[in-house]
Amino acid sequence: MMTQIVFYVMAASAVVCALACILQRNPVAAAMWLVGTMFSLAGIYVLLNAQFIGAIQILVYAGAIMVLFLFVIMLLNLGHNASDLRRWPAFGLAVGVSTALLTTLAGLRFYTPARLAAEVAGASASQDPARVLAGGTAAQSAMDSLGVVGAIADPLFRTYLVPFEITSVLLLTAAVGAVVIAKRRI
Amino acid sequence: MLLGPALILSAILFSIGVVGVVIRRNAIILFMCIELMLNAVNLSFVALAQFHGLSGQVMVFFVMTVAAAEAAVGLAIILAVFRHRQSVDLQNINLLRG
Repeated sequence: MMTQIVFYVMAASAVVCALACILQRNPVAAAMWLVGTMFSLAGIYVLLNAQFIGAIQILVYAGAIMVLFLFVIMLLNLGHNASDLRRWPAFGLAVGVSTALLTTLAGLRFYTPARLAAEVAGASASQDPARVLAGGTAAQSAMDSLGVVGAIADPLFRTYLVPFEITSVLLLTAAVGAVVIAKRRI
Repeated sequence: MLLGPALILSAILFSIGVVGVVIRRNAIILFMCIELMLNAVNLSFVALAQFHGLSGQVMVFFVMTVAAAEAAVGLAIILAVFRHRQSVDLQNINLLRG
């Protein structure tokens, strides 16, 4: 019960901060509202048995990526409050797209762990490495046996070792590319 | 069991991100909306990882890495465009328009 109350408070805060982020004129204020959304999402991750992901969310997203955004905003001196909203056709498009998305995804609210397990068991696709437990305790049981960090480290360094190593190449490429693009006169 | 509400919250946040991309012209705010959409997808990954085992949480790691790389390169591109045009307003960046 307490979990539900905290979840809905965090969810409301995330939605309000996200709305304020897209409606705020000042880019610095928009970035701060987005940080609020990320903090709320970090709280929700903790409720969903992903404590380590919650910590990483605050460290990497709210800490590193948003500081990069703020740094660029300050560097370009974008603190002016001129409105940059598009004209009304864009608003009609926005209402249409978001209504279509939400009506399509509204069916997700009926999803329960039992239905998820039934659907995955009925599918012919390979279920490895995903393992569905109808009781909804996959994350909880893995954490009980391996610990909060160990439960993530186990699949990360066994099943997903090669993608993890490729990630380092991606980050190196991004760092070199960012330096080259930002340095040279184009 | 917060599976349904978490998925709905993820859908709402993703829609807000899409609306932001459509109605704003500031390139940096567009990037923030893209980060918002990536966060929404991360939320659905984490919600489903409760039942599917922890592969979903590992996938959130990779999404965060790609988001960091994308933010670094994208902001560098915005810097280069700003040097060229003295603006990050997408209406002024119309070199490809016929």
